[in-house]
Amino acid sequence: MSKTQSQRLAYGEELVALGYENKDIVVLEADLGKSTMSNLFQQEFPERYFEMGIAEQDMISTAAGLAVSGKIAFCNSFAVFAAGRPYDQIRQTVSVGKLNVKICGSSAGLSDFGDGSSHQAVEDVAIMSAIPNMTVLTPCDAEETRQCVRAAVEIHGPVYIRTMRNDLPDLLPEGAKFRLGEPRVLREGTDTVVFAHGTMTGKAMEAAEALELEGISVKVVNLCTMKPFPYEAVAKLAEGMKAAVTAEEHTYIGGLASQTALALRKSKVPMDYVAINDSFGQSAQGPEELLEYYGLTKEAIINKVKEFL
Amino acid sequence: MANQEIIKQKLQYLEEQYHNHGTVKRIQRLAAQIRKDVVMMIGCEGHVGHLGGSCSSADIVAALYGRKMKLNPQNPDWEDRDRFLYSKGHAGIAQYAALAELGYFPKEDLWEVKNLGARLQGHPDRIRTPGIEANTGSLGQGLSIANGMALAMRLDNRPGKVYCVMGDGEQAEGQIWEAAMAASAHKIDNLVGIIDQNRLQATGAVSDRFDTNPLPEKWAAFGWHVIEIDGHKIEEILRALDEADTIKGKPTAIIAHTVKGKGISFAENQTSFHNTALTREQYETALKELDAQLAKLER
Repeated sequence: MSKTQSQRLAYGEELVALGYENKDIVVLEADLGKSTMSNLFQQEFPERYFEMGIAEQDMISTAAGLAVSGKIAFCNSFAVFAAGRPYDQIRQTVSVGKLNVKICGSSAGLSDFGDGSSHQAVEDVAIMSAIPNMTVLTPCDAEETRQCVRAAVEIHGPVYIRTMRNDLPDLLPEGAKFRLGEPRVLREGTDTVVFAHGTMTGKAMEAAEALELEGISVKVVNLCTMKPFPYEAVAKLAEGMKAAVTAEEHTYIGGLASQTALALRKSKVPMDYVAINDSFGQSAQGPEELLEYYGLTKEAIINKVKEFL
Repeated sequence: MANQEIIKQKLQYLEEQYHNHGTVKRIQRLAAQIRKDVVMMIGCEGHVGHLGGSCSSADIVAALYGRKMKLNPQNPDWEDRDRFLYSKGHAGIAQYAALAELGYFPKEDLWEVKNLGARLQGHPDRIRTPGIEANTGSLGQGLSIANGMALAMRLDNRPGKVYCVMGDGEQAEGQIWEAAMAASAHKIDNLVGIIDQNRLQATGAVSDRFDTNPLPEKWAAFGWHVIEIDGHKIEEILRALDEADTIKGKPTAIIAHTVKGKGISFAENQTSFHNTALTREQYETALKELDAQLAKLER
């Protein structure tokens, strides 16, 4: 397997780099800066860093106030607290007002394995995607995370970025450019297409490698832009395939499975999904143990691919 | 102590100035005009509108827009302006009336309020309406937004202040107190929180639901400088706003004792006029009363 890197470290470092380039960037944190790595920004730019205490709703509305005054405000917390608790604040002021508030949902999915369901965001992409004006980004590795943070500054309006706590394998080819809403084909194939994001893009690559040994050719597409979802591009990438399979560390409701089904609604290509099945997480001793328990594995993808052949 | 004495003298002087220049009368006229426009915006043909809370805060709005705030209606985004934010966004029609008086948009727009595609929405909308700083309407969030504005102005060395008007029923929202702590923690002194304490919320007395009293003690305990006033006495409002300018290192809370529905006899202190339709008779009575107030305030 390729080298692994931390998405949250990449996030914190890129924020610092951007802080030097753009003095309008401010960062707000709800007492989790050591985990979200927003503390790197605090060390470099203490005057532009606001510790907002354990008060996520206040943090988001304060960011809205900073944004209406010309700032680009990055808010940080665990995904479950960043997307869930201040939903109304994100909706009412930030999104209706198309404000430059960027929300980083850190330790997303099941990646905060030990803390259990209270700390595991399995529905954050669905919640954020349902809000008009919101952009939702789900990077698959450290480099893509850097690109997402950079893109978030360029996008005028609210952005939600979802990152994982555990290290993830490097997947992006060198020099790959980020374009909002553009699916990245990480591996060409002719039998089946697998769409994935986040942790599951790496699993999809592993599945494709294993299937190749059995003579099955799988195209792997990383979908980092969950909103605005590239419906047409996804339908086009599925054209001529025997099937499409999606893989996500998220409930199948309102995430990649749902969106891909919409994209393929007029297509003859059948589809199925690998996702969390409408249930909450729980504690475990490691992220892999949880991914296995909830069926988010290389093997699950392989089985879905084979069902259609 | 000596310092406080100087401030007191200064305030006394300012108060005389208000009267000398007819300031109080001018603001009273603006407040009466705001109330009249509020009634006309609500109308009587089966439409409903937030009459009570708009009228209870009309004098505060008039004092801010008519005197205290530095604004540029020709350039609503002027960076050195003061900011007004209705955290109790349902009273937005009172702000619309003030904005129209100052020329942010034509007065005719007031009569289109809440129509499909209108510039003026049921609650404040920054994208559609010039002079609106941020979207509010979901209660309890305005003070946090005001904190963010004040922090941004401080970062940019802007001279302006943020004035955030809250309701007393709204004090039941937990986020208000998050924001109260945040403002203290960050020593935000370019911020004034004004609580329109009209004692009534949508379905009855505030004290019969979550009794949010005692507000002065609560705000002081959260680290704010607290001033209690009669929210319908223009001199007291102006004096409190000037006093807030002298407070450094902490935010100021003005607890304004008000009457819900103030200025319209049958609506005063009535829960039923929180968000209501007026009969034609009520509508005409209200306008007659407000016209009489306006006539009395003419020189």
